[in-house]
Amino acid sequence: MNKISYYPGCTLSNTAKNFDLSARESMKALGWELDELPRWNCCGTVYSLASDNLINHVAPIRLLVHTQELGRDKLTTLCSMCYHTLKMSNLMVQKDRDKLEKINFFTKDKDAEYKGRVEVLHLLEILKNDIGFANIKEKISRPLKGLKLASYYGCLLTRPKAAAIDDVEMPTIMGDLINSLGAQAVYDPCLTECCGSYHTVMDQEVVADKAERIISSAIKNGAEAIVTSCPLCFFNLDERQKNILEKTGKAYDLPILYFTQLLALGLGLGPEVCKFDLHHIDPRPLLKAKSII
Amino acid sequence: METKVNLIPIHVMGKQYMVPDTLTVMKAMEYAGYQLTRGCGCRGGICGACGIAFRLPDSYKIEVGLACQAMAQPGMYLAVLPFFPNKRGIHDLNKVKAAVDTFKALYPEVFKCVSCNTCTKSCPMSIEVMDYINAVIRGDIVQAAELSFDCVMCGLCTSRCPAEISHANVAILARRLYGSQITPRAEHLAKQVEQVKAGKFNEGLDQLKKADVNKLKELYKAREAEPDNTPDEWAPKSNDYL
Repeated sequence: MNKISYYPGCTLSNTAKNFDLSARESMKALGWELDELPRWNCCGTVYSLASDNLINHVAPIRLLVHTQELGRDKLTTLCSMCYHTLKMSNLMVQKDRDKLEKINFFTKDKDAEYKGRVEVLHLLEILKNDIGFANIKEKISRPLKGLKLASYYGCLLTRPKAAAIDDVEMPTIMGDLINSLGAQAVYDPCLTECCGSYHTVMDQEVVADKAERIISSAIKNGAEAIVTSCPLCFFNLDERQKNILEKTGKAYDLPILYFTQLLALGLGLGPEVCKFDLHHIDPRPLLKAKSII
Repeated sequence: METKVNLIPIHVMGKQYMVPDTLTVMKAMEYAGYQLTRGCGCRGGICGACGIAFRLPDSYKIEVGLACQAMAQPGMYLAVLPFFPNKRGIHDLNKVKAAVDTFKALYPEVFKCVSCNTCTKSCPMSIEVMDYINAVIRGDIVQAAELSFDCVMCGLCTSRCPAEISHANVAILARRLYGSQITPRAEHLAKQVEQVKAGKFNEGLDQLKKADVNKLKELYKAREAEPDNTPDEWAPKSNDYL
């Protein structure tokens, strides 16, 4: 069994347990253990772009220190926001040693100093580079035949270029995974549009508009569901369909899925690891219609 | 025989006193003439009433501790913090859920935590304060309750927190939710209360009340008590009163 240090993050431990559980179980089926950090804190949520606001980088760097203390040089995570924050803060201190020294000076009373050598990886990168989509294809016992899926990357997986897990303009990593599961990836031009992000707290209307644009585009291109890697994108696309219905009277009823849920189903795992009860739009009727569950 | 006392200078709220170097800060203050009616409680490091903040010479650090535990050190400058204002999220325990949303509503500032760990560094009980705050953030109320169990509510973490969190009260909420909604109900307790009400113990208590001192001593010596290091399988020989 391969082991990799895993940072679940707060949302995956709470409202996105469907993402966390399906990932852990799928990886186990692939011979990998997602080894949760024994101690962890919030990642900081948003990568601070202010050049003089180092305190906001203490949280992500602390997680890299915990990984380093375990003698590991890689840390993987699933949530796009966690990935982005960890990746960007790591790149920042790797590039700017003065900032690293300042953060270390602040944290060193209790924790070891960060040496800057941990690599932050999104789980999709491990699936692609360490396991290989061809190998995954071989292990698929329940091909997701006839399922047409639009990949939705949102902002944080491919921007900025330094933190991108794939091509910035035309990422295919999620689509390639979908195809290797036996489903059909459909092209959707909205794949890297913003979902409206945290506007969902202050202005649900703005997010409902964004979500409708993304959802209707996916449907126009033949998708029967949207696949994502971000709990916030998931929430905005799934839950805000309520607002779209109220506002426009249109019931799109398009299921939103995490890529790990599809991976789990393809690997023959039961729907219980996918926790579909956490979805606003229930994907089960679609999956039943395709004889997947 | 003459005992030599080594006197050292300490500064209490800016005024210098010469005190023996073997004393805690609390005893040193009393030696210097302070009569403590506030900021003094158990004197055993467990009530949390005697918080202090201090600095030492040749160090930039702000240190905190309990006056009854911290030793007087040469050249220390200290101030007492018998009380530190804490925010209290008023709630009806029967109406709040054991979920992260309860903390979002009552203590939204918890989510301002930047994981600086200053709270943990300031805790005189060596609690992993930052870790329990983060457990709250991710909705892990069990871990928050367990990690915070030793809290004495001195408020020193709050005095140092850049996110202005009232840690001790957040922890109390976590433990109240844990105790009332997460831990299993003690079914055997209700059964025992029923037995008490039904008078199962009346006769035994009456006998004790009527017994003379010698009889009581005898019964006390012969009583069967749970041993100090109780093995897992320990059970009393008689089940009469269970």
